[in-house]
Amino acid sequence: MPITLDGAFGVHEQALGLYAHRAEILATNLANADTPNYRARDIDFRAALASAQAASDHTSVAVTHANHIQPGTGGGDEYTLLYRNPPQTSLDGNTVDTQVEHAEFAQNALRYSASLTFLNGKIKGLMGAIRGE
Amino acid sequence: MSLLNIFDIAGSGMSAQSLRLNTTSSNLANAENASSSAEQTYRARHPVFAAVMGALNGGSGLEQNASRGVQVLGIVESTTPVQSRYEPGNPQADANGYIYLPNINMVEEMANMISASRSYQSNVEVANTSKQLLLKTLTLGQ
Repeated sequence: MPITLDGAFGVHEQALGLYAHRAEILATNLANADTPNYRARDIDFRAALASAQAASDHTSVAVTHANHIQPGTGGGDEYTLLYRNPPQTSLDGNTVDTQVEHAEFAQNALRYSASLTFLNGKIKGLMGAIRGE
Repeated sequence: MSLLNIFDIAGSGMSAQSLRLNTTSSNLANAENASSSAEQTYRARHPVFAAVMGALNGGSGLEQNASRGVQVLGIVESTTPVQSRYEPGNPQADANGYIYLPNINMVEEMANMISASRSYQSNVEVANTSKQLLLKTLTLGQ
């Protein structure tokens, strides 16, 4: 049983933020489905989540000067935007496959919902513990 | 909140696609506009799309070259030659009896129309899904 509230939410706190970012990237791909020379982009979710977790686990150091920086700061959004490998190239240089992007977007939305459900459950559990019901 | 940005992104997509539908309908409406010289003839118009370059999430380091949304750079007129037809009886015929018709390809325009409406739909779906996710997030912990 976690003692701190930070630990109570587990990975879902960072995952929720990353899902939201990924939804934005996939929405951009879909908006540019007819733009010539546009290349579809995506992130490596596993690596992004690992780096977000590492950033949040960092212990902060004492700051005695205005130019001192904390280790691993970057808002916890340190992911690399990659380009999707198109299964088939099109004549206008666009690499967006609308079906693939739609499927990824739907899956991403579902995972976001799942994370929300987990968070809701944890909050309910904590509330129950606080009230002593 | 990056989910809120999706409304801007999907909105830019919808506005670009509706402009594409607009030019298509203009082309179809003017498909039979005869005129008496090649210069005065209506020419097919098409929008030019480009990705809006800018940083996602305010931009730090690696995300600088990310794009968000789509923009319409302008509308270009087709450069294919206009059709001329020999119709001496037409009141708009020139001295040699020719009238000039727009360079509109019906098949191309119809395909453009279907593609634009499908893309519009997919943008609407994206906006709808994000709206549901946002509403769900608002009720977190209740």
